[in-house]
Amino acid sequence: MPRVVVDVMLKPEILDPQGQAVANALPRLGVGDVASVRIGRRIEIEFTGEPDLDRAREIADKLLANPVIEDFTVRLVEADETADARS
Amino acid sequence: MTARVGVVTFPGSLDDGDAARAVRIAGAEPVRLWHGDPELHGVDAVVLPGGFSYGDYLRCGAIARFAPVMETIVDAARGGLPVLGICNGFQILCEAHLLPGALTRNQHLHFRNRDQVLRIESAGTAWTNAFQPGQEVLIPVKNGEGCYVADTATLDQLEAEGRVVARYVGGNPNGSQRDIAAITNAAGNVVGIMPHPEHAVEALTGPSLDGLGFFTSVLKHLVGAPA
Repeated sequence: MPRVVVDVMLKPEILDPQGQAVANALPRLGVGDVASVRIGRRIEIEFTGEPDLDRAREIADKLLANPVIEDFTVRLVEADETADARS
Repeated sequence: MTARVGVVTFPGSLDDGDAARAVRIAGAEPVRLWHGDPELHGVDAVVLPGGFSYGDYLRCGAIARFAPVMETIVDAARGGLPVLGICNGFQILCEAHLLPGALTRNQHLHFRNRDQVLRIESAGTAWTNAFQPGQEVLIPVKNGEGCYVADTATLDQLEAEGRVVARYVGGNPNGSQRDIAAITNAAGNVVGIMPHPEHAVEALTGPSLDGLGFFTSVLKHLVGAPA
């Protein structure tokens, strides 16, 4: 069954101190060519019936993301692209 | 008649006991409210305490907003019920859209726990009328996600309407925009504050008794004293 994937990212104008901390750690790995790191969240939703993108969008807007500070995108992926399939 | 002030307990609330004690010391009757019970049991005001409701999963306050008790509180707050959200309670009020903006990870990423000087900017709310505008108070701050953010238009509007209730003085502990520690809604009955007035109500345990003013304010407000 396909799943709906919701990607939630902090808006560009919101400082991401977590991403900055990761970016600041990269030189210690010998990585010097990374300009910035932004950290977000990926949520996979499995519906009992057919995946419903509109419903997923509503869930994302009301609960999964806070529109004050975050943007989100919603898309369908096939089962073999989900986290479960890769594990 | 003694005012009845509700204190909500969510799964993961931490400071509900201290908030109830502060209510009692201020001279009101604390009424414990339960997240799963939509009934407010006739309280005259509500405190949403600090802690880590629902483990801070997803975002701080994001899940608590949908608790049965919150649906009732949101309606009642729109009708004028005084509501004070402290720390996690402030986060819940923002998530519930009773207050604008959001609380995000402290800019320096460290949990901050210290006694903090605040300047009361607005003494016109239900929870700050016992203070003088410009008065400085000392109360503990303890948070990991206390950095207040909002877009510039919202910040300007808060300032223009006198809705910044308190600011950090002597160092901003979390990077909050414009040093904001507390804000209120347009009607002045809903206040969110990141530091913890309920921890500054007794000489034995607090750095001052300054926190008591937030709780005595609501009692003044309830008996109709001019703010």
